[in-house]
Amino acid sequence: MAALTPAPATPPAAGAPAQAPSQAAPQRPGPVPDGAPVRRPRTGRRRPRVWRGAVLGLAGAYFLLPLVSSFVFTVHTPGQGVSFAAYTDLLSAEGFTESLLLSLGLAAATIAASLLLAVPALVAVRLGSPRLRPVVEVVCMMPLVVPPIALVTGIATVLRWGPDHLAATPFYQTFIAVQNEAFPLVLVLAYTVLALPFVYRSLDAGLRALDVPTLVEAARDCGASWPQAVVRVLLPNLRSSLTGAAFLTLALVLGEFTIASLLGFRPFAVWIVTISGAQARMSVAVSILSLALTWALLLLLSRAGSAAGAGEGTAPAAPKES
Amino acid sequence: MPVPTTSRQGTAGGTRRRRRGPRTWLAALPLLAFAALCFGIPLGALVHGAFTRTDPATGGTALTGDHLARSLEGPYLGALLGSVRLSALTALVAAVLGTLVAQAVVTSRSRALRSAALTASGVLANFGGVPLAFAFIATAGISGVVTQLADLTDLGWNLYSFTGLAVVYLYFLIPLMVLVTVPALDGLRPRWREAAQDCGATAWQFWRHIGLPVLAPSLLGGVVLLFGTAFAAHATAAALVGGSVPLVTLKIADALSGNVLTGQENVALALGLDMILIAGLVMAVYLPLQRRSARWLR
Repeated sequence: MAALTPAPATPPAAGAPAQAPSQAAPQRPGPVPDGAPVRRPRTGRRRPRVWRGAVLGLAGAYFLLPLVSSFVFTVHTPGQGVSFAAYTDLLSAEGFTESLLLSLGLAAATIAASLLLAVPALVAVRLGSPRLRPVVEVVCMMPLVVPPIALVTGIATVLRWGPDHLAATPFYQTFIAVQNEAFPLVLVLAYTVLALPFVYRSLDAGLRALDVPTLVEAARDCGASWPQAVVRVLLPNLRSSLTGAAFLTLALVLGEFTIASLLGFRPFAVWIVTISGAQARMSVAVSILSLALTWALLLLLSRAGSAAGAGEGTAPAAPKES
Repeated sequence: MPVPTTSRQGTAGGTRRRRRGPRTWLAALPLLAFAALCFGIPLGALVHGAFTRTDPATGGTALTGDHLARSLEGPYLGALLGSVRLSALTALVAAVLGTLVAQAVVTSRSRALRSAALTASGVLANFGGVPLAFAFIATAGISGVVTQLADLTDLGWNLYSFTGLAVVYLYFLIPLMVLVTVPALDGLRPRWREAAQDCGATAWQFWRHIGLPVLAPSLLGGVVLLFGTAFAAHATAAALVGGSVPLVTLKIADALSGNVLTGQENVALALGLDMILIAGLVMAVYLPLQRRSARWLR
C-alpha cells in the first residue's frame, strides 16, 4: 500500500541510470518513459521467480505430505483395499462425542472468561490508567514464561494440599467443585491463564490501531453512556482482533493435552491418545478431522470478521491498517 | 502518549475526566485478581514445593536445596540438555527455512497466495500436539505410508528418535516463523530496495547492509520464540516417542503421574522451576529484540 503513494519516486528512477548505468541498465528496458515507476524494478527481476517457486514448492510438499499420507493411511489398508470405516465408526466410538463436547464446552468457557477479563482491563489501561499498563502487560505475558507442564505441576500441588489444609473450611467445596469430572472448571481456569498472552497480544494490536481516548470521548460527547461507548463504538472496531483472540483460544483448548492428561481429565486430545493403542486408524482419522475442524473454524471466523467489518462503513479502516 | 495523565484527572479535568480515574482502575482489577489466584498461587506452590521437604512423620516442612540439586544431575540433567539441544537445533533450522518461505510469500504479488499461506501458517503453527504426532506416525512411523513406499527404514530412518522428533517439530515451527517474519519483511519497504538499486547496490549488498540489519532483531526474536515454543512442547513428544528421547517435559510428566517415590513430585517441581528459569531467560532476550524490531515496522 505504502509503495503506491509516494509520487516523487519518479525523479530518482529517471535519474538513476545516469549515475549507475551498469547496474540499472540490464534490469530496466530503457524506452519505457512513463507508467508506474514504483513497480518497474520489481517486474524486472526474473531470477527470484525460480527460487520462489522452488521454496514454495518444497514447503508445500513438506506440509502436504503428512496430511495426504495420513488420509491414505486411514482409508487404505495394505492387502484389503479402500475403506472409510475409520471415519464411519467414529460417531459410535466410545467416548468420542463426550470428549469432543467437553472440549468445545471448555473452549467456549475459556473464550468467554479470557475476553471478559482482558477487554475491560486493556481498554481501561488505554483510557485512564496508563500507569497500570506495564503491570497488565507483564501479568498477561507471564504465562509465556511458564510452560504448561510447569503450570500443571503447580496446579497439581495446590489441588493436592488443598484438601489437607482446607478440609474444615467452605473452600473445600470449591476444590471439589472445580474438579468436577463432567465439567472441570479447573481446566477452564488453567486454559484462561494459558490463553492470556495470545488474547493480550491480539487485543493490544487492535487497540494500538485505534485512537481509543478520542473514540470514546467522541461517543461520550454524542451522549453515549460508558457501556454504550465501549460496546457500540470500541468493540465493533476491535472485531477482527476479538475474533483472532477467540480463534487462538479455541485452537489452544481443542488441542490441549498436557494439563488435562496430567490432571486426569479426558477431553478430546487425551481421548485420541487413549484410543490410539487399540485403534490406530481411528486416532489418525480423528487427528485429520481435528485439523480440518480448526481450519474450517479459522476460515469461518476470518470471513465473519471481515464481512461484518465491511458492512460498517468507515469502522474497519482502522483495524486493517495494522 | 496523548492519554491524559493521572495527575491532571484529579484536579483540573472536567467532571467526566475526574470520574474516569477510579473506574478504569477497577476495570483492570478482575484480570489482576484472576492472575494472582490462578497463576500466582500454582506458581507459588511450585516454588515452595521445589525448595521444601515435608517430613512424612511429623508433617513439618523444612527448607532444602536437594530437589533442585537432584534436578540438575544424572538423567534429569540429561533430559534438560536434550530439550535444550532439540529446541536450539529445531529453532535455528525452522528460522532459516521459515524466513525463506516468508520471503517467497512476501515477494510474490499474488494476494491469493499470500492469504492462503498466512492462513495455512496460522493453522499449522497451532497444529502441534497430539494430532500432529499421529499424522506423522501414519506418514513416517514404522507402518506409515511414506515409510512403506520409500523403504525409509532401510535408509536408517526412525521417527521415534531425536532426528524424527526434530522433523516433526519443524512442522509447527516453520509456520510460526513465517507468521513472525512476514510483518517484518513487509516492513522492508520496496522503496529502500529501489533506493539501494538506484545507488548501484547489488542484491547481496542490499541484504548485507540494509535488509539483514533491519531484519536482525525480528529474526533473532523469532529464533528465541521458536526455541521457547519447542522447549515447552510436551504433547507431541509424549504421543510420539513416549520415553525413548530424553526430554525434560517427559521427565516431569513421568515424575508427576508415575509417583513411584514420594520425593519424585518435588523433583518434578524443581524441574518445572528449571524450565521456568530457562524460559524466563529466553523471554528476557526476546522482548528487547521485539521492541527494537517494532521500531521499523510502523
